[in-house]
Amino acid sequence: MEELISLFVESVFVGNILLAYFLGMCSYLSVSGNLQTSLGLGVAVTFVITITTPANWLLYHYLLAPGALAWAGLPDVNLGFLRLVLFIATIAGMVQVVEMVIDRYSQRLYSALGVFLPLITVNCAILGTSLFMVERRYTFSETLVYGFGSGIGWLLAIVAMATIMQKLRYADVPEGLQGFGIRMIVTGLMAMAFMLFAGITL
Amino acid sequence: MGILAKSQSYRAISEALWQNNPISKQILGICSALAVTVQLNTAIVMSLALTFVVAFSNLTISLLRHQIPRNIRIIVEVSVIATLVILADEFLRAFMYDISKQLSVFVGLIITNCIVMGRAETFAMGNTPWRSFVDGVANGVGYGSILIGVAFFRELLGSGKLLGFAVIPEGFYEAGYQDMGLMVLAPGAFIMIGLFVWLEHTLLKEK
Repeated sequence: MEELISLFVESVFVGNILLAYFLGMCSYLSVSGNLQTSLGLGVAVTFVITITTPANWLLYHYLLAPGALAWAGLPDVNLGFLRLVLFIATIAGMVQVVEMVIDRYSQRLYSALGVFLPLITVNCAILGTSLFMVERRYTFSETLVYGFGSGIGWLLAIVAMATIMQKLRYADVPEGLQGFGIRMIVTGLMAMAFMLFAGITL
Repeated sequence: MGILAKSQSYRAISEALWQNNPISKQILGICSALAVTVQLNTAIVMSLALTFVVAFSNLTISLLRHQIPRNIRIIVEVSVIATLVILADEFLRAFMYDISKQLSVFVGLIITNCIVMGRAETFAMGNTPWRSFVDGVANGVGYGSILIGVAFFRELLGSGKLLGFAVIPEGFYEAGYQDMGLMVLAPGAFIMIGLFVWLEHTLLKEK
């Protein structure tokens, strides 16, 4: 249990998917001016990441990994190279399903998240989490925790950025640095703050 | 030079490299750009892989542009790109295993790189194969120029090396010079790219 908790802390803070691995920057930079939208997108990403990462784990370990097809009588087959295609398909499909389910059962949540859901398919944080999960050889329970932790970490980063950007409107930023430049530097400072959690072990 | 400057290919290249650089101007594709810039050699390999993917995905999609039905074009584009990325990934694994280990998941993430998708969608769907190919190469090189620039400074300042060779003389260290540990870590990349963009905006403005 302690391992899982420290994996969670690690994936939220030290190994933050956005601030330490630079994933999901595109939507992070285009949306993070507004707190409400950032929060909506963050929740949607957390939601999708939490579902797709374990789903991809199952697919990888029962279909693609070397020897995974032993149950079908094909122990020598290694379909590992197909993982990129399969993962992206799972993510796209899952986003579609999530969208339909939300639309059916909660109209309010749908109107809050609706706009962002299609965008999430191409969010690198989600594909990245699935790929890291394979590369680091996580077990199923670790994958569950890691997926959720990455989502929360991304949410935290984008919401923090949105609030900083709101404060920054009153700051006197040098001319060439306005817009993209200052955002990157602020993100850098934020990344530094997140790295301070590095020493913490549970 | 006069004729060259007027040709469309030349304009496409200069635009992607400078006035309309995919990273610093259009803010596309930074996702994978920063993580591989700790060392110069990974940055170079990554730029080559991306240039390959974007050039050939542009070429393929441009060749198929009259055959692709509009409604399902995104899926077609993604599958073309995914195929090329798998080729690049497998190639790196086979012939440059060490670098492929260092690049880890970031080669695979070229699929979700907005540059590739963006060029396929906005340029290759409406232009001839040759021009699309040139556009792809130009965008790959434009992307690479920032990537390699950032990696150059990060490796130089962070570990005192270039391409793995020590370039800062021993004497400097003896005189008290220290490598900047921050540059090797993630925040270094963010700050570096912020400064790069600052420089570029300032230079473009003066022109």
